[in-house]
Amino acid sequence: MSQPILVVDHVQMLFFDLAEGPFEALEDATFEVMPNEFVCLIGPSGCGKSTLLRILGGLLQPTGGRVWFNGAPLEGPQEHIGFVFQHANLMPWRTALANVMLPLEIQGVPRAEAERRADEMLHLVGLGAYTEMLPRDLSGGMRQRVALARALIYDPDVLLLDEPFGALDALTRERMSWELLNLWQARQKTVLMVTHDIQEAILLSDRVLTMSRRPGRVEHEVVIDLPRPRTVDSLYTTRFIELTHTLRDSLR
Amino acid sequence: MLFWQQLGGLFFMQTTECIEQHPSIAAGREVEQLAPQRLAPQRFSFGRLVRRLPWQRLLVPLVLLGALLLWELVVYVGNYPAFFLPGPRRVAQRFLVVLRSGALLSHALVTVSEVLGGLVLGLSVAFVLGYLLAKSRTLERILSPYIVASQAVPIVALAPLLVVWFGAGMFSKVLVCALTLFFPVLINTIVGIRSVDAELKELMVSLRASRWQAFRYLELPAALPVLFGGLKVGVTLSVIGAVVGEFVGADRGLGFLVNLARGLFDTPLMFVALFTLMAIALTLYLLVSGLERWVLHWRWPQE
Ligand SMILES: Nc1ncnc2c1ncn2[C@@H]1O[C@H](COP(=O)(O)OP(=O)(O)OP(=O)(O)O)[C@@H](O)[C@H]1O
Ligand SMILES: [Mg+2]
Repeated sequence: MSQPILVVDHVQMLFFDLAEGPFEALEDATFEVMPNEFVCLIGPSGCGKSTLLRILGGLLQPTGGRVWFNGAPLEGPQEHIGFVFQHANLMPWRTALANVMLPLEIQGVPRAEAERRADEMLHLVGLGAYTEMLPRDLSGGMRQRVALARALIYDPDVLLLDEPFGALDALTRERMSWELLNLWQARQKTVLMVTHDIQEAILLSDRVLTMSRRPGRVEHEVVIDLPRPRTVDSLYTTRFIELTHTLRDSLR
Repeated sequence: MLFWQQLGGLFFMQTTECIEQHPSIAAGREVEQLAPQRLAPQRFSFGRLVRRLPWQRLLVPLVLLGALLLWELVVYVGNYPAFFLPGPRRVAQRFLVVLRSGALLSHALVTVSEVLGGLVLGLSVAFVLGYLLAKSRTLERILSPYIVASQAVPIVALAPLLVVWFGAGMFSKVLVCALTLFFPVLINTIVGIRSVDAELKELMVSLRASRWQAFRYLELPAALPVLFGGLKVGVTLSVIGAVVGEFVGADRGLGFLVNLARGLFDTPLMFVALFTLMAIALTLYLLVSGLERWVLHWRWPQE
C-alpha cells in the first residue's frame, strides 16, 4: 500500500486571548489520510473542526504537534490542497465565471485559457448556463457549487471541505452530496470533509473520524465498508443502519 | 440622501443604460417585453397622463422653480435694494454680463483647476496613507495621534501661513484643498480596507496570492464602495478649500470674485459667484456618483 498523503500527528491548537488567557480549541488530533480516500470529520459544534481544517489548509500554525503532507512537513498553504469554506465565500463583484477563474489568475495562467477552464468547470458542476451571473443572483446551492468549482479548477490532490453544504436546505444538500460523490469518483481526489450530518458522512466516506466535545480530540474512527458505487439504495441497507448506530454511539 | 440619488438619476441616465446592458439584467428584461402585450390597448386619458408623469424626476426642477418664485416674492414684498438682496432676475442679468465678458469662465477655470489639483494631491496621499494605516497597527499607533491633533487646527487659520510660505499663486490653494479633504478621505480609506471580509482574506492566503495580488483582486474592489463615499465628501470639501484659499490671498478665482464683489457692493455678482461654486460642487459630485454607479454596478439591484 502507498504512503499516507496526510499525516496529522498530535496536533494541538491554543488561542491566546489577552483578557482570558490561553484557550484550548483543539486538544489532540492524530490520524492519517491515504491518497484518494474520502474521509469525513464529524463532531459537536465548537469542537475545533474548522480550526483543524484551517491548520491542514496552512491557514493556521498549530501550537503543538505536526502535519505532514506527501512526506514533508506542512508549512503554509499548498498548491496541491484546495479549500472550500463553510460559507461560499465568493467575491460579490465577480461573476460566477470570474470567481472560478480567480485561482488561475493568481497563478498567472493566460486569460483565454483561464476562461476556458473555468467555463468547463462550471459546466461540470452543472452551472454552464449561469457563468455570467453575479453571486447575488445565484441560489445558495449554486453559490456553493461555484465555490466547489473554484477549488477544483487548479486540480488539487487534496480537497478540504468545511461543511460545504451546511447552509443549504435538506433536499439541495442531498443533491449536492450526490454530485460531490460523482465528482470524487470521476476525478480521484483525496477528500477530507467536515460535516454535522451522520447520514451524509456514511454515504460519502470511506472512513469517519469523530471528535469529542471542546477541547476537541479525534476520538474514534469508523470504517464505512459499504460497497461502491453508492446509490440511493445504499441508504436502506441494514449495514447503513448499523453504521448509523455505531456512529451515533461513538458521538455520545 | 434620496434627493441626491434622484438628482443623480436625472443627470446620469447614460450610466443607468450601461447598467441595463449588464448580462445579469437580461433575464429581467424578457419579462418586461412580455408584459405590455398582455395589457389591453388603452384609450388616452388626461388623468392617466398626469399619473404617468415621472414625478420623481420632475420634483427637483419643480422645487427649484418654487424656490426661485419664493425668492422673487421675498424681494418684492420686502422691497430690498439690490446691494442687500437682489432678485433672481437681477442675478441672472449679472450672470449673463460676466458670462459674455468671459470673466466668469476664467475665474471658474482657476477655481476648478485648484479643486482638481487639490483632489489629485489630497486623494493620493489620503489613499496611500490610509492603506498603510489600515494594514499596520503599529504605524497607526505611531501616527494617528498626530493626524487627529492636526485636525484641531482650523484650515482657515492655517491657510494664511500656507500663502506666506508658498505664495499667492495656485499651489497654496491646491495645498489648502488637499488639506481640507485629506482627513475624511483618510478615515474612509482606513474603514474601507479594514472592513474587507475576513474569510475572503483567508481565501487569498490559501490561494497563495502575493501582497500585490491581494490588493488588486480583493482589497481594492472590496474597499471601493467606502472609498467612493470618501471621494464624494472629498470633492465637495475641495471646493470649500479652494474658496478658503482664495479668500486669504489671491487675484483670481471664484472666491476672489466673491471678495471683489463684496468690496464693490456688487451683491448680484456675489450671488453669481456663489451659484457657480455650487454648480461646480454639484457637477463634481454627480460625476463621482455616476462613476460609482458604473464601477460598482454589481451593488445596484436590478431595476
Ligand atoms: N481565531 C480564533 N481566536 C480565538 N478563538 C477561536 C478562533 N478560532 C476559533 N476559536 C474558538 O475555537 C473553538 C473551535 O472553533 P471551530 O470554528 O474550530 O469549531 P467548529 O468545530 O468548526 O464549530 P462549528 O461546527 O460550529 O463550525 C471555538 O470555541 C471558537 O470560539
Ligand atoms: Mg466550523
